[in-house]
Amino acid sequence: MSIGKYEDLNDMQIDVLREVGNIGSGNATTALSSMVGKMIDIEVPRVEVLDFNEAINAVGGPEKVIAGILIRINGDIEGMIMFLFEQNLIALIEETFFGQAPKDIFSLSEAENSALNEMGNIMAGSYVNAIAQLAGMTIDIEVPVMTVDMLGAIMSVPAIEMGEMGDKLLFIDNNMIIDNTSIQSKMLLLPTIDSLDNLLGKLGVA
Amino acid sequence: MGQKLIIGISDWKVGRGDDILVTYALGSCIGTCLYDKTTGIAGLSHIMLPDSTAIIDGHTTRMKFADTALPDMVDKMRAMGANTAALKAKIAGGAVMFQTTNSKFNIGQRNIEAVKEALRKLRIPILAEDTGLNYGRTMTFWAENGNVEISSTVMGKKMI
Repeated sequence: MSIGKYEDLNDMQIDVLREVGNIGSGNATTALSSMVGKMIDIEVPRVEVLDFNEAINAVGGPEKVIAGILIRINGDIEGMIMFLFEQNLIALIEETFFGQAPKDIFSLSEAENSALNEMGNIMAGSYVNAIAQLAGMTIDIEVPVMTVDMLGAIMSVPAIEMGEMGDKLLFIDNNMIIDNTSIQSKMLLLPTIDSLDNLLGKLGVA
Repeated sequence: MGQKLIIGISDWKVGRGDDILVTYALGSCIGTCLYDKTTGIAGLSHIMLPDSTAIIDGHTTRMKFADTALPDMVDKMRAMGANTAALKAKIAGGAVMFQTTNSKFNIGQRNIEAVKEALRKLRIPILAEDTGLNYGRTMTFWAENGNVEISSTVMGKKMI
């Protein structure tokens, strides 16, 4: 069966996607933890099928300022991984690379930007490799690109690229917890509708 | 007492009197303010994509596309009593949020061009614009005087 719209997914398919998120984000968080030398917890992922405005509210609201790192993925799954990094995670990563945290996230140097992109690259690679192994797929990742801006403007990019044919977005939402704080950075996997069919087929729930 | 009308992504609303119309965090999307000074009727649209013609699926909203949202909003303004021959436009957005070498993703520029084309067909002049570049913008539009404020995390606030 082919899925025409994200909202057509059944409960079993949603469960399988949650497990995909669990495996991918577990692997990515392990990579992050070992890089920064600190235990980072991950919540049980949520699979969200929401309209564009609900999706933005679900990840923090339109005017929340955050660092977004976008990594397009190609191959047997197409779509994107979007990291939404809060100040505390940025500080942790920059301390690891440079020994000190940046004063504020708007004045990141080119080297500090590169460090975040590199971390995004490592984490996205870990995420998709776990899925690729699980499903016997080939998945490639593109070079990361980042910006610090309002969440609504950042999330408009997946909405535009993935939302052309319908009015909803599907994403697997993974929250990362540092030092038990409520400030949670996020890892989102947003597959295109066509490649979702392929992924669910490989996992036996198409 | 005026209302604060929040316009989401793929949405438009029309207000009047002392209503305030707001659309948050335009990235590559475009916010279009249309204003009839004589009646104080004000419309704000937030489009996401340039062109509805390639979309065969009937499940998606007309408010998402420049070529359908703007004529529909003008029809609504006319029905509310606006003099559509007197309408003026102010537009914002169309940024490239993520710099990439792959130009097929420069939807911001295509959105700017599509909104301008739709306004040209509707014979509505553009009084001011704040478009392009690489940052998000929130647009606030006062129906009582047609003033539009653009705020962004990088550039602060300005009136257009």
